[in-house]
Amino acid sequence: MIELVTRPHRSNLIRFAAEHPDLLVLGADLTASCEADGFRDQYPERFFSFGMAEQNMLGFAAGLAREGFFPYIHTFSVFITRRPFDQLAMSIAYPNLPVRLIGFLPGITTPGGVTHQAIDDIALVRTVPNMTILEAGDATEVESVLAVAQAIDGPVYVRQLRGEVPRLFPADQPLRLGQARHLGQGTDLAIISAGICTEEAINAVAALRSRGVSVSHLHVSTHKPFDDPQLLEQIAKARHGAISIENHSIIGGLGSAIAEQLAEQGIGKRLIRLGLHDTYAHGASKPYLMREYGLDAAALIRAAETLIGESLGIDDAALTKIAANSRAEAQGETLAKADKTEDL
Amino acid sequence: MNAQPLHTGQQATSAQPPSTLTVKAVAAGIRRRVLEHTLRNNGGYLSQACSSADILATLYLRVMRLGPSIAPLIPRAFAGVPSRDNPNAFTGAGYNGPRAPELDRFIFSPVHYALVLYALLIELGRLGPDALEAFNTDGSTVELIGAEHSPGHELTAGSLGQALSQAGGIALARRLRGETGRVWVFMSDGEFQEGQTWEAFAALAHHRIGNLGVYIDANAQQCDGPMTDVMTIEPLADRLRAFGAEVHEVDGHDSEALAAPALARLSGSGAGTGATPRAVTATASTPQHQAEPAPTDQPLVVIARTDPCRGIELLRERAPKLHYLRFKTTAEQDAYEDLLEHWQDSSSQ
Repeated sequence: MIELVTRPHRSNLIRFAAEHPDLLVLGADLTASCEADGFRDQYPERFFSFGMAEQNMLGFAAGLAREGFFPYIHTFSVFITRRPFDQLAMSIAYPNLPVRLIGFLPGITTPGGVTHQAIDDIALVRTVPNMTILEAGDATEVESVLAVAQAIDGPVYVRQLRGEVPRLFPADQPLRLGQARHLGQGTDLAIISAGICTEEAINAVAALRSRGVSVSHLHVSTHKPFDDPQLLEQIAKARHGAISIENHSIIGGLGSAIAEQLAEQGIGKRLIRLGLHDTYAHGASKPYLMREYGLDAAALIRAAETLIGESLGIDDAALTKIAANSRAEAQGETLAKADKTEDL
Repeated sequence: MNAQPLHTGQQATSAQPPSTLTVKAVAAGIRRRVLEHTLRNNGGYLSQACSSADILATLYLRVMRLGPSIAPLIPRAFAGVPSRDNPNAFTGAGYNGPRAPELDRFIFSPVHYALVLYALLIELGRLGPDALEAFNTDGSTVELIGAEHSPGHELTAGSLGQALSQAGGIALARRLRGETGRVWVFMSDGEFQEGQTWEAFAALAHHRIGNLGVYIDANAQQCDGPMTDVMTIEPLADRLRAFGAEVHEVDGHDSEALAAPALARLSGSGAGTGATPRAVTATASTPQHQAEPAPTDQPLVVIARTDPCRGIELLRERAPKLHYLRFKTTAEQDAYEDLLEHWQDSSSQ
């Protein structure tokens, strides 16, 4: 049974800040929504409110970083990567300043609709030199991503998760920079997943294995730099090809990064990219949107069938049973309800 | 240096520049150098030199407390963009002296004025007289539009309106560290069309950042022409006051008037130390809203009303398009050549 952890970032930030006295948190009117309220209450002298003015906030962060502080910006991903893009590029990234941009509500994890859904953030930030991009996929990664970010000499964008977060990986196996997690070996297919899609992929892989398909599964948490040799090695070994699945547009994110590497290395394998297919999304629950846009286990099964060239006879009922085995149905409902009522 | 009279702050930390320099002479030298350079290159930001020479000379000679330059007289070649793999990247801040808790910092925002700043640094002896040989040449840091590696520059501010927020972050950091030095920002009036500038002023007031001062070259000109045609920003002083700044509106060619607000701020907050006790000790930044901010907790703004043709009357024939000068005819170029040859006459008008 997968454990659900409540607000792992909220408590971890306080704990982490205790060890880093030069860490400051900058907020833009989404402090509790980004689980920085505990830090604010614990360290009011190290918390700075900038209101709904992200361009200026990024500039202040740059100035603070030039003076030796470590500003941790907390707001929604869209308000880090879209609205103040020029400030991100010129004030923070060009001088390679140690600003940590902690972005919440990646992809379709919010019912807040198109304005709140960062479906292009990885693509945007990947084009910015000096940036490192990390993405948390579970509670263990939510808790360990700050230490990884802090060790990097330069700006870091983190796709962070909030609220009820499943623990997929042992708490003593932290996120490691540039290292994908190899969750399973196989030679028929390679599945590469990131973020919230990894839980779906774990379920899909279980279903595929039950039909005798040999699947290699890798979970990616470092989007930039993107140079883990394991990924290409596993894809090269996969007889039928590879599937990427990401909570993001298929343009410019994980699938694109893999395709670039495959082409450069001359690895002639098919790659099916699952994600948002050059479309905006809309306000609805996460499970609904994952199904609608094909970011779920069922979409992975369909892609696997396409690559293998035959039907595997895995229906929704089978997938539901697998999901229920790993995560209680009731918990899933609690999560959906919590997402619906979360502060926006 | 605490015992030094404020207006000789330069001498307190440095033998450089020579104390005999006057704002008037330095400003005239800036205009002459920029004119000379515009002629040599058939183009330049000449009107910016005319409008801002007195402001910048006043800042360096009378307002800011800077140490001697720690950068080479001949500017270093470009050493690559900053990155974790490039330990050789540098900024041009060393021309404004070392970093020290009690020394001021200079943040240059409208970096298309770069030539004006280079000319000033030469006049002050902080940059060698031949430094402009490298201006706008490939591989040089003496760039047409300055970036953080350019002499006298600390930030990459060419996307206008971004420097003030960064200066605010620097000023906030200095307050958190208990440093007494101030942060001075030079801005152009066009930057007040950018929304970020107003976001920055809101934050400066909210966080009571009083260790920061802004000098604005209000020459009322921008790339497309007069600002009143392009997008008016007036009434600028009223707007800034409404945003919580202490605002002074002065003749931007009158050095006494330019320096007075900064000197008054210093003498009003403990002469000589430059420290604003309230600001320095206020490590908790969450503002207490029950009390009105003390004047020294407000950002200081000096709006310098300037003449974009000051010192070079010939420029008026180009009005209202003054942003960038490129000679249209040989006759026009000859007229400017003639002006340069007889510079003594024109500058002593």
